[in-house]
Amino acid sequence: MNINTTKIISLLFFIFSALYLYTAYQIQVFAFDENAPFNAKTFPIYLGYAGLFFSGLKLILPDPETIKVEHRNLEYKKTAMLIIIAIIYGATILKVGYFLTTSFFLFGSYYFLGERRWLLMFLLSFPFVAAFMYLLHGVLEIYLRDPFLKLIGVMG
Amino acid sequence: MIEGILIGLSTALTLQNIFMVMIGCFFGTIIGMLPGLGPMTAIALMIPITYGFDPATGLILMAGVYYGAVFGGSTSSILLNAPGVPGTVATSFDGYPMAQQGKAGKALAIAAWSSFAGGTFSAIYLLFLAPSLSKVSLSFRSPDYFALMILGLTAIAAFSSKGQFLKAMMMVVLGLMLASVGQDSLSDITRFTFDNMNLTDGISFVLVVMATFAMSEALTIILKRNDPTAAAKQVSLTELGSIKINKDDRKKMYKTIPRSSVIGFLIGVLPGAGATIASFLAYGMERNLVNDDEKQKFGKGSVNGLSAPETANNAACSGSFVPMLTLGIPGSGTTAVMLGALLGFGVQPGPRLYMTNPEIFWSIIMSMYIGMVILLILNLPLIPYIARILAVPKNYLIPLILFFSITGIYVMSFNNFDIYLMIGIAVVATFLRLYDFPMPPLILAFVLGGLMEENLRRSLLLSNGSWEFLWDRTLTLCILATTIFIVFWQIYKTLKKNVK
Repeated sequence: MNINTTKIISLLFFIFSALYLYTAYQIQVFAFDENAPFNAKTFPIYLGYAGLFFSGLKLILPDPETIKVEHRNLEYKKTAMLIIIAIIYGATILKVGYFLTTSFFLFGSYYFLGERRWLLMFLLSFPFVAAFMYLLHGVLEIYLRDPFLKLIGVMG
Repeated sequence: MIEGILIGLSTALTLQNIFMVMIGCFFGTIIGMLPGLGPMTAIALMIPITYGFDPATGLILMAGVYYGAVFGGSTSSILLNAPGVPGTVATSFDGYPMAQQGKAGKALAIAAWSSFAGGTFSAIYLLFLAPSLSKVSLSFRSPDYFALMILGLTAIAAFSSKGQFLKAMMMVVLGLMLASVGQDSLSDITRFTFDNMNLTDGISFVLVVMATFAMSEALTIILKRNDPTAAAKQVSLTELGSIKINKDDRKKMYKTIPRSSVIGFLIGVLPGAGATIASFLAYGMERNLVNDDEKQKFGKGSVNGLSAPETANNAACSGSFVPMLTLGIPGSGTTAVMLGALLGFGVQPGPRLYMTNPEIFWSIIMSMYIGMVILLILNLPLIPYIARILAVPKNYLIPLILFFSITGIYVMSFNNFDIYLMIGIAVVATFLRLYDFPMPPLILAFVLGGLMEENLRRSLLLSNGSWEFLWDRTLTLCILATTIFIVFWQIYKTLKKNVK
């Protein structure tokens, strides 16, 4: 059997399905539902077996069209930076507020993608987010929590 | 009926109501473009405004918002691979690749014409079939719904070409597994939440779509050093925004639109099915019906592949009004909100609505058609300008896609857990996409998962655990026979091709 990344993904999916199936069997159902033809764990159990079946087949059967990815050509650094910025965005949005975090997220993303036109970067982050926020909060009346804008008295 | 139609026309064609349709279509289009804010939110936002009008005008405004939002969702689907509305996910399968080839204007024009045609056809079906179809929709029982879900899954064949069947099936199972997270619909027992309160309500559909499509697409572009604006740079802005559809493409649309409108309308009529399932089903059916050459183009910018879901989702929107108006059963989440508004107006929907309140019943149906015309008139001239989004440099476009995806999720729940979950799913999806694991089957299964389990549960409980329900009813058997026919037809065609 030729080991390639697709097979490794299939193996991981096989393990994931086994764990899913184990968790499905652990679902606590009501006593009166235990012997019912269908209860809360029936469908997940079917799914667990289906996952084992299809990933098992993918593992065993030959893979005629092996996909080869040239990892050297992939841009891991920039991708990782974008993911980290997005995580920081998620971590700060509730504490700092929508306006500042979203603006810094956009500004940071432009920067890490190689943009250096500062004025354009600024215009497409802070004023852009302010306008978008006005559309959501002011026009569509969708409440956006923003401690920072509240602190400086812009938002009530 | 003629009298009712005339009453409807005279109500719908008043200056005030035409203005309302225009306002509704315009705002609906804008809101539909923003991920996370689908027609349901748009209509909910309109309810307080509509209470100032008479019921017919209020409902006409809401119907305009509904159509506008569905069309707006197609725009972000085609240009950014970020479906603003679940019903437009299937539009991105061929719309986005077509836009990437520098034909953004054409893709948007095909979507606009298909939506218009789908809406027009379904308005005609609605006009003549609404009262009788309500009885048909009631005859659908759980086993039939379950069989229909299985039929819906045959659309997976569209994404399992070139020996990708097992990968597609693995993605189906993963989609169903994601759909099983959260409270069980009947017993309220929590499943796979690991005591995390944020997962109790399950994972939102928009979150999964945004993670696997928009965000993962943005990450893949950066990872592979692709440039989504490369094709747009090769052509002039005029060419990029050109809305010309050539004779060959028109011919393809002439065949696709009537059949997709029928599928869309019929699925829309069934309570609980909705535009998302209709668009997937139409996409899968269309792929089964076209010739082999055209089949190869699916997923790479096929005209049929774009026209079919766009026609079906608009047809389903009209179809979903049938159970709402004639039975008081909402066919989708959006029509459920509209039903609430209708009851708020003091109008009792039911089989006699078109007799007791003909001005409401027929004016909504008439205004749907007027809404379609206005939507087309409003949107076609704007397409060349909207298409220019693709001329925005990659360094700005990617962060903006990420911004719209994350904001779309954030405004739905105001919870940062959803942002983390989306990032996690997007990272996994990006990795899977590198190795050609298709994402559409995952989305299709995620949509069908809850409905499938619910209907299987009811069927098995009613038949005391016996699987005989699959062949007990003629309707179930017919749907299953269609499914089996499609599967065997695919196998036969593949074998025939291999022998050649």
